[in-house]
Amino acid sequence: MAPPPFDGAAAVTAPLLLGAVAYDPKVVTIWDGFRRWFAAHGLPFDYVLYSNYERQVKDLVDGRIDVAWNSPLAWVRTRRLDRSARAVAMRDTDRDLTSVIVVRSDSDVTSPPQLGGRVVGSGAIDSPQGTLLPLALLDGVDVTVRRFEVGVGLHGDHVGGERDAARALADGEVDAACMIDGNHLLFTNEGTLPTNGTRVIAQTPPYDHCNFSVVGPGSPLVDRFVGLLLAMDYADPAVRPLLDLEGLTRWLPGRTSGYQQLEVAVDHFGFYDSDGEVTADGYRP
Amino acid sequence: MTTSGSTTATGRSPLTATDLEVDVHSLGFDGGAHLLIDRALGAMAPGQRLGVTGTDPHLTVHLRAWARAHGHTLIDGGVVVRGDADDRRLVGAVRAGTVSSVSERAPRSWGLAARGALVEDGGPPLAVADLDRRIEVWTDLAPKLYAQAAAGQWDPATAVDWTRPDLPEEVETAVIQVMTYLVENEQTALMVPARFLGRIHPHFREVMQFLATQLADEARHVEVFSRRARLSGRPLGLSGAGGRASLQSLLDEPDWATASFLLSVLGEGTFLSLLAFLDRWAPDPVTARIAHLTLQDEARHVAFALGHLAEHVTADPGYRDRLRAATERRHDALAHSSGLASAVHDSLVILAAGSWEPQAISIGWNRVKRLQSEMDEGRTRRLVRLGFSDAEAADLSALHTRNFM
Repeated sequence: MAPPPFDGAAAVTAPLLLGAVAYDPKVVTIWDGFRRWFAAHGLPFDYVLYSNYERQVKDLVDGRIDVAWNSPLAWVRTRRLDRSARAVAMRDTDRDLTSVIVVRSDSDVTSPPQLGGRVVGSGAIDSPQGTLLPLALLDGVDVTVRRFEVGVGLHGDHVGGERDAARALADGEVDAACMIDGNHLLFTNEGTLPTNGTRVIAQTPPYDHCNFSVVGPGSPLVDRFVGLLLAMDYADPAVRPLLDLEGLTRWLPGRTSGYQQLEVAVDHFGFYDSDGEVTADGYRP
Repeated sequence: MTTSGSTTATGRSPLTATDLEVDVHSLGFDGGAHLLIDRALGAMAPGQRLGVTGTDPHLTVHLRAWARAHGHTLIDGGVVVRGDADDRRLVGAVRAGTVSSVSERAPRSWGLAARGALVEDGGPPLAVADLDRRIEVWTDLAPKLYAQAAAGQWDPATAVDWTRPDLPEEVETAVIQVMTYLVENEQTALMVPARFLGRIHPHFREVMQFLATQLADEARHVEVFSRRARLSGRPLGLSGAGGRASLQSLLDEPDWATASFLLSVLGEGTFLSLLAFLDRWAPDPVTARIAHLTLQDEARHVAFALGHLAEHVTADPGYRDRLRAATERRHDALAHSSGLASAVHDSLVILAAGSWEPQAISIGWNRVKRLQSEMDEGRTRRLVRLGFSDAEAADLSALHTRNFM
């Protein structure tokens, strides 16, 4: 039997196809910019945008896209759906984040167990940083969770849920609120939370955030993509505005050691099953 | 203890040894703690460790978030490893020339940066500022002329006593006709530099600033001549087609230096004589006063144009040929138009005569004849200042539009 003919033209021109979730209009600016930059550096590259992470993850494991710019929760699901999944790169700002639970300064609550019987505001149902990870700190505490469902399907990329929870805390509608460490600073500086008006009563251990995920055997295109990412230099004025928009100063090799906390939380809340199927109650991305 | 914080080199345990320590005291990140930390990091090399201490309850939570967002890393509660993002951002940054002197050419990449500022590489090029060469726009007189202009702005409401003059009706009619003519000329003098102002590279900021005052001057001139025209409540005069054709040719000139030459050196230069004439022979104090005030402004405009064009033709003597050609071209284009409307000319005679008595008209007529001679002499003198020979200057002056502007 003769080997299939080698389609040289297709091999040269078929671009690496990346999936990203359109959580904000700036996503188009970012990936259009990177697309031009990759093309200028010899990598045929294109991207598709998704309205939610679940479809992106399915398309990645089904081979419709080559790389997914994944949230940490999307990474967890990808790995459960396809054990060959690898995290090939991430932002410097994706490493060692923490989430906090805060109360008003005048609250009598000083530790998580004291929140028993109280109302805790969280981000959207699928937000790792605004919901799953901080609420895992309340394991065994009988709290009422009030979720602020902004951007469901975006895995917390939209800041609105956390901000609404913070606002509810300031307004006295909830007794505590969950948010990422940087958003506590943001909400205080922008005035959503009053200066000196809140107190942190719990903080998660450090965890990792987004990564570029791939499945299956490696490919020269992916290797080239990762090589170019790691070579992007903050000193390059052509790429710096894109890095600023995407919120990083350099790309780092992917690592998967920072997702264990979320794996545990996903199991704890039954968000996905062990095979990566969505099992969360009421989750409609 | 000071509120500004303090830094001291200290030793910790080997695992968390620091190169420097900063105590931010009670400051939190929602109160400016990052200023002290940034300042301390600024004195350190990438990879060095800064120990941060303070009493704000959120200090460690926020330090982690802040450090991450700025390309630093937090290795242990309160120890920041300095990253290099701040340094990388400034690779390729250049000074936008020097504060005290202008460059021969201002690159578009300097954008809107202040002259002498450190300009981060990248950012949008200033595509609209195509007048970016010193030779085209600059004169060393610009800073001084701008300062004079800023100090010399006057308020039409208070600088002029707008009491309605009591003139014979037919003399008032002549004044109104002259005012009607002046308004359309001043509107042209506003629109021509306005078209170029946004094209001048802000590196030459005193030129930009001077032109802004010139526009404000012309706006005032439009106001005071309009107001004088309406002062007696009589209808305005004629706007002649020939006069408007002459003014239109100024608006059609696409080259900045040529437009400046035609408008300011030849046109406004000629107007200096006209305004001095009105100041001297006006039949009423309001007309004399506004002519006096506008004359001072116009003299600055002429001085600026002469200044930058003199430097231009000194550096590029061949540019005189372009100026000569532009004057000839405008003359040819207007050869078949009527030039100054006879209504304007005759009104100047009546205005200078002050009455319709034959003897007064004779005097007015001679005064206008002398005005036209003075206009020609002034133009010729200014052309000689731009390096034209006496004969060339006389020839070119004779080609100037009969509409004066």
